Amino acid sequence: MEPIIIEGTPKTPSVRFDATQGIVEIKGRSIPENSIEFYKPLVDWLEQYSGTPAPKTSVNIHLEYFNTSSSKCILDVFKKLEAIHKAKNDVIVNWYYEEDDEDMLEAGEDYESIIRIPFKMIEVED
Amino acid sequence: MSFNLQESFKKLNEGDVLLAYKGSITTELITNVLEVIESKLDDINTASAVRKKIYNVLVESLQNLFHHIEDIPEEIKNKVDPRFGVLVVARENSFYRISTGNFVRADKVKQLKDKIDKINSLSREELKDMYKFVLNHQKLSAKGGGGLGLIDIAKKTGNKMEYMFQNYDSDFYFFNLNVFISESKD
Repeated sequence: MEPIIIEGTPKTPSVRFDATQGIVEIKGRSIPENSIEFYKPLVDWLEQYSGTPAPKTSVNIHLEYFNTSSSKCILDVFKKLEAIHKAKNDVIVNWYYEEDDEDMLEAGEDYESIIRIPFKMIEVED
Repeated sequence: MSFNLQESFKKLNEGDVLLAYKGSITTELITNVLEVIESKLDDINTASAVRKKIYNVLVESLQNLFHHIEDIPEEIKNKVDPRFGVLVVARENSFYRISTGNFVRADKVKQLKDKIDKINSLSREELKDMYKFVLNHQKLSAKGGGGLGLIDIAKKTGNKMEYMFQNYDSDFYFFNLNVFISESKD
């Protein structure tokens, strides 16, 4: 499977989805007016990946900002990963948040309470 | 007494104004405004968590505006820009205020008013639950709006939203929304 590598912009995050290494990474800012356009290919990629996933998938979410339009799409990403986890594959979400950013920590906890995948909350320095 | 757009805008420009805009609300405008505010916030001696909150709430306010701007009254179509809206970011007392304004059709007023009243009446825990429920159950509209904007603003600011509907003509009202971010962390 071809990996997805996308550079970040002021409104969209950088992305690295690598099937061989089992890496799903979203980093930076996700604040586009319409996030569906951006996330659709990512969700489609995960759908395909779920057919033959790596034995272990590490999901690294390290966002500085994300808007509510993105929050729905990020949930769709997690739902695809949840299906992979449910099919008895190892999946872990590393949710990074900058120290003092309680909103970002809380956002991670909100997802954790909706999605049945293990989450690890990781505080990083500003 | 009829509604006057200029007067209304002037009133919003109280306090220490960081940015005031009236005109078309486009994706380019939003990108520019965010860039300007980000550099201004960098110069202000505010905790980074508060700066992030202001930025986040501004993103949500602007995109709410962007997603909900509809038609404008026929008789002023040639006087104002298409997709007309207003935005003011100001520092007032110990708060940052983000004010937005746009025309709404008269038949939408009650629904919007009820929604804000409802959100204003909720406790922090109730807001969290509502956010999670809508996140998990409501589909995104074709434009990318998810019905989460106001809930998210209320949740992040922890302050009540203020609003005003001013009658413009039989079909339209001008809707002002003020949201407040506390300057210091609680």
